[in-house]
Amino acid sequence: MPNGAVAAHGEHQNHHPALQHHFEDLEQQHEASTLGMWLFLVTEVMFFGGLILAYTLYRIWYPAAWALGSEELNIYLGGFNTVVLIGSSLTMALAVRSAQTGARRATVGWLLFTMSLGLTFLVVKFFEYKEKFELNHVPGPNFRFEGAESPHVQIFFSLYFALTGVHALHMVIGFVLLSVIATMAYRKRFSPEWYTPVELAGLYWHFVDIVWIFLFPLLYLVDRSHRIV
Amino acid sequence: MSGHISPKTTYYTIFGALMACTALTVGAAFVNLGDLNFPVALTIAIFKATLVILFFMHVKYGSRMTKLIVGVAFFFLGIMLTLTLSDYLSRGWFTAPDGSTAAGAIISLSGPPQPIPPVEPVPPAEPGQNTSPK
Repeated sequence: MPNGAVAAHGEHQNHHPALQHHFEDLEQQHEASTLGMWLFLVTEVMFFGGLILAYTLYRIWYPAAWALGSEELNIYLGGFNTVVLIGSSLTMALAVRSAQTGARRATVGWLLFTMSLGLTFLVVKFFEYKEKFELNHVPGPNFRFEGAESPHVQIFFSLYFALTGVHALHMVIGFVLLSVIATMAYRKRFSPEWYTPVELAGLYWHFVDIVWIFLFPLLYLVDRSHRIV
Repeated sequence: MSGHISPKTTYYTIFGALMACTALTVGAAFVNLGDLNFPVALTIAIFKATLVILFFMHVKYGSRMTKLIVGVAFFFLGIMLTLTLSDYLSRGWFTAPDGSTAAGAIISLSGPPQPIPPVEPVPPAEPGQNTSPK
């Protein structure tokens, strides 16, 4: 290790307060934390991957129902939410950058901006869900859909609610996470030497953004043109 | 700690690219490309995800260990998707004359595999009739 001075127990004044004793230095600690976060994200990739695989198989089996169901979704609200979420990834990246440069007020500001964009996404999602409830497009005993494809369209909406519901749950968790990180930033817990929690919360937030980058075309877009002709 | 600090312009450029790709994928959705709509939408989504992973999530500047773990995620995702789809998509390819497959299910292209109906009793063959397999 560079600067091989290993702090002995009890000599806390000799090292950064955030450094835990089983790490050589802050850089190694940051590297280990990042690796752990990525390992968690690997499990998340597999989790959403399994759901998207189920979506893909049923889409192969019931292409007509997928086109009908996809048309029921509001492309403008979906598109608006995509812009909002990618925008929130930008503000999150700028929040991490502010933490890296030690700009405390900017860090808190960008984090609050990110949270407000996340909240905007969830509010739009709420109104989309509300419309689905009013139209009886929610799978279950009250599901109504005209035509012979109705049972298969119900499968489409089951997967729509499963995918977007689990994604929205991740957004809620991310929102709570960012509120904790913003509070920590406000209380001057971070510095250019140690900002790992901001970085890891950013990784989580960007991951949730990536999930939506796939959900938006798969659910809202991909079968649309086949109904126009 | 010596984490890589990207200039702000990098983030704004990536954001602009992501917005352009979003507009592209929405536009492509209104053009009937036949079977190509799905791969085109997926390609754009994978490209957008790659931009986010490399620049917003700092993997481009990460250690080789981090890059390995990220690669592992998509390697295993690829195994799951490829093996599962190669099973389901190939089930109609080797169908026995009675409609059954090696997997013991009747293939229907319009729905999931159906269970095999009970076998009708075969009438005894007339003497002299050709009894060779179909």
